[in-house]
Amino acid sequence: MNRQEMRFTGSGGQGIILASVILAEAALIAGHTAVQSQTYGPEARGGVCKAEVIICEGDIGFTKVVKPTFLLALTQSSLDRYSKGVDKDCIIIADSSLVAPKGYNIVSKPIIQTAKEKIGKAFVSNIVALGAINAHLKLVPPDVLKEAVLKYVPKGTDEINTKALEAGAAL
Amino acid sequence: MAAKQKEKRVLLQGNEACVEGAIAAGMRFFAGYPITPSTEVAEQAAIRLPQVGGRFIQMEDEIAAMAAIIGGSAAGVKSMTATSGPGFSLKQENLGYAAFAEVPCVLINVQRSGPSTGLPTSPSQGDIMQARWGTHGDHPVIALAPATVEECYHLTIRCFNLSEKYRMPVFLMTDEIIGHLREGIVIPDPKTLKIENRKINKKIPPFAVPKGEIAPQSAPFGQGQRYNITGLVHREDGFPTNSTTIAGELCTRLMKKIEDNVDDIIEYEERHLEDAEVIVIAYGGTTRAATKAIELARAKGKKAGLFRPITIWPFPAKRIQEIAKKAKKFVVAEHNYGQLVHEIRLATKDAVPIEFLGKVDGTIIMPNEIEELI
Amino acid sequence: MASPIIKKYIREGTLPHIWCGGCGHGIIMRNLAVAIENLGIDRDKVCLVSGIGCSSRIAGYMDFNTLHTTHGRAVAFATGVKVANPDMTVIVAAGDGDISAIGGNHLIHAARRNIDLTVIVMNNDIYGMTGGQFSPTTPMGDLATTAPYGNVDRPFDIAKLSVGAGATYAAKGSAYHVKDTTKFIQEGIAHKGFAIIDCVSSCPTYYGRKNKKGGAVEMMELQKKNFVPERLLERLEPEWIEEYDKTIRAMKGGK
Repeated sequence: MNRQEMRFTGSGGQGIILASVILAEAALIAGHTAVQSQTYGPEARGGVCKAEVIICEGDIGFTKVVKPTFLLALTQSSLDRYSKGVDKDCIIIADSSLVAPKGYNIVSKPIIQTAKEKIGKAFVSNIVALGAINAHLKLVPPDVLKEAVLKYVPKGTDEINTKALEAGAAL
Repeated sequence: MAAKQKEKRVLLQGNEACVEGAIAAGMRFFAGYPITPSTEVAEQAAIRLPQVGGRFIQMEDEIAAMAAIIGGSAAGVKSMTATSGPGFSLKQENLGYAAFAEVPCVLINVQRSGPSTGLPTSPSQGDIMQARWGTHGDHPVIALAPATVEECYHLTIRCFNLSEKYRMPVFLMTDEIIGHLREGIVIPDPKTLKIENRKINKKIPPFAVPKGEIAPQSAPFGQGQRYNITGLVHREDGFPTNSTTIAGELCTRLMKKIEDNVDDIIEYEERHLEDAEVIVIAYGGTTRAATKAIELARAKGKKAGLFRPITIWPFPAKRIQEIAKKAKKFVVAEHNYGQLVHEIRLATKDAVPIEFLGKVDGTIIMPNEIEELI
Repeated sequence: MASPIIKKYIREGTLPHIWCGGCGHGIIMRNLAVAIENLGIDRDKVCLVSGIGCSSRIAGYMDFNTLHTTHGRAVAFATGVKVANPDMTVIVAAGDGDISAIGGNHLIHAARRNIDLTVIVMNNDIYGMTGGQFSPTTPMGDLATTAPYGNVDRPFDIAKLSVGAGATYAAKGSAYHVKDTTKFIQEGIAHKGFAIIDCVSSCPTYYGRKNKKGGAVEMMELQKKNFVPERLLERLEPEWIEEYDKTIRAMKGGK
């Protein structure tokens, strides 16, 4: 796998950080090297929220994203802020409710709508997003991602999160 | 390398790895107080300790947390606390007590941007000199700095080993970058770990150091020795004295514990120093930007190498002097206004030009910023 | 000649003590020795923790596991000893400034936790070691080197303060009332939970002289005349270590 430098952005409370942790875990299970980090502070309390995951083979080296190869944006402000200056070949998955800035490689997917309407719970948007990201980038085998999801989500929510993951993958 | 790849890796945050390392080292008491960005250390200790028969207590303030672990260690249980920025300042008095009363204990300092409340969630290496000189009076200090989550685990164990062997507080000077980073690490089989425990000899005075030994060998409280521990100048039997002779001898003995054993305590990492003309000196959370910068510079044909002190205190001055002879330039990168660079200047006495890159705005030093100076 | 109790519990090599003639601290120290003797507790299992000040020197004199710590922090150190080794009987001896000014926060939180410690306050209403400054227990209007025109601070009632914070045993004794005070100390140590015995001591050297209270004998007379020993509270409530250890057992911690 080529080095993936990934940014997950949205607003606090959308489960952005958890999604990034789960993906890092899945990458580890799949035998890759991975690191995860996040922005803390007032930003993490309802404002723009950012988490980073780097996946590669062998030594990870520098642990922060320098040149994003991927961006997930679940809010307009996070899309506007973090799409600026990324390479043309950086894949951006944005929620389809957002207005996509021109000139970028943006894939719109109805992540939040799927969570709300298909699953019936907006809080699984992050898991829907994970399903969509992995289906698009083919980072880890789907069963490995499922294993990682189930390791982190609260007990008793296995079924709803599995559904969310599958719905995301189908987007 | 191939074998290592096959080992099962678990995803842990640096702060969590410190707790796992501590438990592996035998830590069974943690006293803490919440403070960003070290809080996860306390949270993980609260989860893990009862699982292994240990106890966690959240104290009323930073000072109390430091006091409690000294009490816990005096009672014979390996004890730890964790803090950041303002909390490190508040703990200084009791750290001096632990150094002077020779009570082993470990403090994890997840450094954050200062001074004062500063930028609580931003990384820094601004406590390097405070670790050395933070408490009043002359005292011995051991401080280590991890550069990876895996090192958080292993260096916490080493902190405990050193604290038991030298009978003193030992600091793990981590930072927000490493503390909050999640990374896959291999948790080793506990049987493969080297764990040191304090030597005990109840037949000699509690603060006497037998010939050829490093530190006193008093027993933990409750085992029949019934001695006195004090922060006053004390005799070998533990009781206070106003003797200036004893005061001088005691302070000197404590400093010599470190000075006479620097080779045992000092650890560092070197990369590409065989042919390096420019040596980047970085440690802790700055290391990985430095490593990347060196890689970038080498790709352009520049002969750059890395010297990374893993032991910050005592400072590896001797090794710095040796590598200075071969280098054309040092580049020193720290998340502060210039702290460890003073020690490097002191050691090299202008034998080699030093370019300093310091950051005090709470942002992370990037590889290209270091590369530009190579 | 030293009595058998003194011979057993006092480290003779550390004498003479630093306390002034007429100071009440020595009497309270003896009361503690008698209390331990009456309870039949093995000295090896007793830890005596002190802070800084005249009172704190008790740690050097008494033949227990003794921890002479930093100013105000004795209760926090003692908490660590007790949590690390609950088999020990952990006693804190402190002065009024040590326990209720610089150490006030540790006092109220240890009381709140109801952790099994016994705090003996050697309360002489003054900072003696530093030469007679007013403390949180100096009465209003009294003189001290830092209250040269009369103290305008209102005083704490340390025993009541502790009760308010959650202590489950509290009593007031005095250097003069040896029998009652010894009994209170004994009860406090036997009590499972946080116990405090606030003992009126006397400082003829600074407090007495500054405030024209007379010498050692006159100050004792005042205690006899004006002070009534009193047990404020004795009540059983969940103790911190017992509560915590329920979790360890539930998890079969370490097994």
